[in-house]
Amino acid sequence: MKLSELITSGAVVTQLKSQDRDQVIHELIDALIASNAAAGEHRAELLKRVLDRENRGTTGFGRGVAVPHVKHPSVKRMAAAIGLSSTGIEFNSLDKQPVYSVFLLLSPEDRPEEHLLAMEVIFKNLSKETFRRFLRQAGSEAEVRSLLDDADTQQLAG
Amino acid sequence: MKIVNRLGLHARPAMCFVDVAMQFPCEVSVKRADQTVDGKSIMMMMLLAATQGTELDIVCEGDQAEEACAALKKLVDGGFDEE
Repeated sequence: MKLSELITSGAVVTQLKSQDRDQVIHELIDALIASNAAAGEHRAELLKRVLDRENRGTTGFGRGVAVPHVKHPSVKRMAAAIGLSSTGIEFNSLDKQPVYSVFLLLSPEDRPEEHLLAMEVIFKNLSKETFRRFLRQAGSEAEVRSLLDDADTQQLAG
Repeated sequence: MKIVNRLGLHARPAMCFVDVAMQFPCEVSVKRADQTVDGKSIMMMMLLAATQGTELDIVCEGDQAEEACAALKKLVDGGFDEE
């Protein structure tokens, strides 16, 4: 699975407006809806499910990144959005530090294997210091896209 | 040991695993085929993408290694309290 294919075209928000976890998740769900990766009619329910999941256990895994996610029957095809914040988001992270990069993943409900593969490809890259640093520095969707392509072709050092 | 829960080693079980591993002073590594990762790192555990039926080896080395192995095996064999 390629990271560049997983991240929905148009669903990269390089300057998140909010510094609040719930509002950031809102912004990213809206970005996925605007990019036709999710249906607008399910907006409230998707938001609720992501937040419920987050409240059961944070996906702010440390090192300035968070990967909120949800499975939903309305999702036909795996889709993900990226949100970047220069000021940092209070995300209740495991390491208590603010989050600067958020990957929001929507998965179909009936394909757990695909969900795990998507998480693997996201974490494979987020575990690289170079990837995290370049991502934080990206100022436009085009720059993020170029980073994703480099990541897919293994051009980034660990 | 084998991953038995239907959804596999997704984020919640991976975090449970790391939580249990962290309770012991020994080193914990988890192997899947030829890949070995630190069992105390959530980022690394997610890299295993272990679906239902995946075989994992848990290797604990150091103080309380036996206790750690037993606790982790119980967790995985119990399907992380999931279906």
